[in-house]
Amino acid sequence: MDVLAKFLQQLINGIHVGSIYALIALGYTMVYGIIKLINFAHGDIIMMGAYFTFVCIVTFNLPIGVALITPVILCLLSGILIERVAYKPLRNSPRLSALITAIGVSFLLENVFFKKFGQNPIPFPQIINPSPISLGPLQISRITFITVLISVLLMILLDLFIKKTKPGKAMRAVSEDPGAAQLMGINVNSTISLTFATGSALGAVGGILYSIAYPLIDPFMGVMPGLKAFVAAVLGGIGIIPGAMLGGFIMGIAESLTKGYISSQLADAVVFGILIVVLSLKPSGLLGKNVKEKV
Amino acid sequence: MRRLRKLMSLTLTGVLLAGALAGCGQKDSGSADSDVIKIGGIAPLTGNVAVYGVAASNGAKLAIEEINASGGILGKKIEYIEYDDKGDTTEAVNAYKKLVNNNKVNAIIGAVTSKPTLAITPLAAKEGIPMITPTATALDVTAAGTNIFRTCFIDPYQGEIMAKFALENLNASKAAVLYNTADDYSLGVAEAFKNYFEANGGTVVSYEGYGADEKDYKAILTNVKTQNPDVLFLPDYYNTVGLIAQQVKEVGINATLLGADGWDGVLTVAPEAVEGGYFCNHYSTDDTAEEVQNFIKKYKETYNEDPVSFAALGYDTVKILAAAIEKAGTTDYDAVVKALAETNITSVTGTITYDENRNPVKDVAIIKIENGQNRLYTKVNPQ
Amino acid sequence: MNSRLKANIINTTSIILIYIILVLLIRIGFINNYYEGILIEMGINIILAVSLNLATGYLGQLTLGHAGFMAIGAYTAAILSARMNLPDLPLLLVSIVLGGLLAAFFAFLMAIPVFRLRGDYLAILTLGFGEIIRVIILNMKITGGGKGLSGILPLTSFSTVYFITVITVTIFYTLINSRHGRAIISIREDEIAAEAVGISTKYYKTFAFTLAAFFAGVAGGLFAHHTLVLDPKDFNFIRSIEILIIVVLGGMGNLTGSVLAAIIITILPRLLMGFADWNMIIYSVLLIAMMLFKPGGLLEKREFSLNGLLSGKKKSQGNTPVKNEGSE
Repeated sequence: MDVLAKFLQQLINGIHVGSIYALIALGYTMVYGIIKLINFAHGDIIMMGAYFTFVCIVTFNLPIGVALITPVILCLLSGILIERVAYKPLRNSPRLSALITAIGVSFLLENVFFKKFGQNPIPFPQIINPSPISLGPLQISRITFITVLISVLLMILLDLFIKKTKPGKAMRAVSEDPGAAQLMGINVNSTISLTFATGSALGAVGGILYSIAYPLIDPFMGVMPGLKAFVAAVLGGIGIIPGAMLGGFIMGIAESLTKGYISSQLADAVVFGILIVVLSLKPSGLLGKNVKEKV
Repeated sequence: MRRLRKLMSLTLTGVLLAGALAGCGQKDSGSADSDVIKIGGIAPLTGNVAVYGVAASNGAKLAIEEINASGGILGKKIEYIEYDDKGDTTEAVNAYKKLVNNNKVNAIIGAVTSKPTLAITPLAAKEGIPMITPTATALDVTAAGTNIFRTCFIDPYQGEIMAKFALENLNASKAAVLYNTADDYSLGVAEAFKNYFEANGGTVVSYEGYGADEKDYKAILTNVKTQNPDVLFLPDYYNTVGLIAQQVKEVGINATLLGADGWDGVLTVAPEAVEGGYFCNHYSTDDTAEEVQNFIKKYKETYNEDPVSFAALGYDTVKILAAAIEKAGTTDYDAVVKALAETNITSVTGTITYDENRNPVKDVAIIKIENGQNRLYTKVNPQ
Repeated sequence: MNSRLKANIINTTSIILIYIILVLLIRIGFINNYYEGILIEMGINIILAVSLNLATGYLGQLTLGHAGFMAIGAYTAAILSARMNLPDLPLLLVSIVLGGLLAAFFAFLMAIPVFRLRGDYLAILTLGFGEIIRVIILNMKITGGGKGLSGILPLTSFSTVYFITVITVTIFYTLINSRHGRAIISIREDEIAAEAVGISTKYYKTFAFTLAAFFAGVAGGLFAHHTLVLDPKDFNFIRSIEILIIVVLGGMGNLTGSVLAAIIITILPRLLMGFADWNMIIYSVLLIAMMLFKPGGLLEKREFSLNGLLSGKKKSQGNTPVKNEGSE
């Protein structure tokens, strides 16, 4: 394998993880865009998606199509429920209280699953054959192929949804100015619910793809990818949907190249280092607009 | 409505405060009562390495039940008090303090993984309490004090055995080693493997570390693949091994996978990915020795699952301790420690005596994974 | 003037009284080694919470990297104390102060990029710095890397923690009620207005951030000489969040609230240990309920005061520096 092939291989590894980060980052960025909340519980939606899939396949033995759709719907509903129960009552409270509540919800979900499924990480069933496909000198795992394909497809669909449909436009309006949106006859509450639903559904898909790539699930599995995806969202400019996608891919590729060429243990430092450099140069993220504060 | 809210929050504050105060006032429950012999257990019953903790703890409990059913030791029943260390050093220290100060135990069994064990050894050494870790394989564990023993073999030993096995039985000349830099166990075994393998004519073409929470090994494995090794040595616990093994297949590496005792249980995680691999272990369920088969039978009856090696080690640890207390005729720390040093018993993991560093001298089993089953491949003598 | 003197006397007496009682209880064995350990952790958590409260509660800048400063202090102190030849108490004091100073130095360096940002971007940047510190420690030889640092001298005792905690809280209390404290609070209330009346916001932000980091470092040093083993994992962002939970639970910009919440948060998980694997579920439900019913924190804006209790006066809290909502 020559130098170029190895580089391309590492790049592909990065795109694989990056596309999952991007999917998860979308959930963070959409929620932040609309209610300015860092939804710490989003990482646990990933975990829930993985566990629900596990239950559907292993416990109930559902056909694979149903077993993959059901968890997405369940996560979507959980997302709406969490917002209604835990965040909505705090919409007018100090923002930090809502943040701590989100952390509380995150702890709660983790520990409920911990109680239910026990302490041991569970092996996730093999859905896609991991053996690679040869493409010239490159070998690309089927898992990588399918993950990237699904992620990109979902991102395109999301983009169309937000730009072309009425509910999508309502989401943009509320995130721009909730007060004005309400005056225009937009139902703010249901729009927020819709945002949580969409974000959670994408998170669930991210969770399933993540568990296929790293087939070992545990109640705290969402924390790290959640944090990285969140950093990706900030990197791209939080609240901005294309920013989250861009941020996700940058994070994944940076991580993979660091592991491949420098040291696997410095990957996190490099990722956060990039964040610091970007924020120092562009304080509101790569695609963010600089907002001048009015006196 | 507002009133209700206020009431709720007041109650909540009250509950929290009352709880806080109650916590301060809690008193020791068990005073020194000499009708029982108290053995303290420290094991990760929850958390990442809980599998090992639960297994070791189950094994120990089984042995205690057996001993109590046949009349106990010195005519007294054993009381087993166990705390969860979650695989965490701070929790282990807390558990140790609680056992020694509050429960006033006569001896300690634990901890299960090396890191928490290393955290409590200085404390145990200072107090001279008899302490046996069933499963902590890190070299330094028993170095802290003459009162600290172990039931398992040590890390460097496992590494050397596997390196020797790779060179002699598999005729390997190029080896790659991936190890967990955050884990004494993984590091110790990897280092010993590398040194032995290189000293005896092999080349280690790739020697790469990864962090404890790593899940994505593809970048490292892509590098390993370019070196084309004969064997890939993965000394880590089986969950991680399962993850790495699947990614080994994804990247398309064809080397034979080798591992150490942390592999015990890997079949529950990734049976296809580790097929054809070898690892060394403390005992094998194939072993026809009477002690082994009896233990397996009883363990299955009690817990409804096959005992992994950690369960066998937990079981043996209690047997060793009970024999020592019986021999000492007292629970006096020094007398028990002296009796422990002279241990010579045959149990599930072999015939155990202690060397001058309080490490056991016993056989090692090398196990091959064949058709999704662990098969005893060969037994290696310590000499 | 008279009443302030009286308050000081009451406070000093009660601090000494509490100390004597606790030491007596330890001596007679009513508080054993295990409970003493909990008291020490309480003190460490109080220092952490009070210092974070300065940056987040009073200055109004959400920072999520406090554990990073704690880590710097912990590792520095542990490494230094093993290499210096001094009697126990001076050894501990010198090493934790040096640990705190190094933490403060790093905070000072970070302040430049950090305070170019606002709000949540600032929060994430501090989180990033915290994680980088952890990863660097993980990759250093002298810190023991991922294996952790062991063999640290057991220098932290209940008495040292008690007095360092008291001193820390006193320093912060005095600072908050001084001209500088009011300047810091004014930045939280309205940064532009503060700048307009001539307060150097850059100076005060850096000052508060650095001071908070110093005390986080001191707490780290105490922590290191208490647990005797350090693992980079102990200082991940979850740790920072735990400290933040204490601050928010006690009330943003409320010192006594932080002290009270630190005590509760230290004890609560141990208390719930009796509920076996339900403990964390109960803990998180309590946390959510607390925030839903009392979003302003346990004490909200009221400072808890012994004098108030003793004299039975219910007059408005003169020493409460906070008038408005805590965070924006």
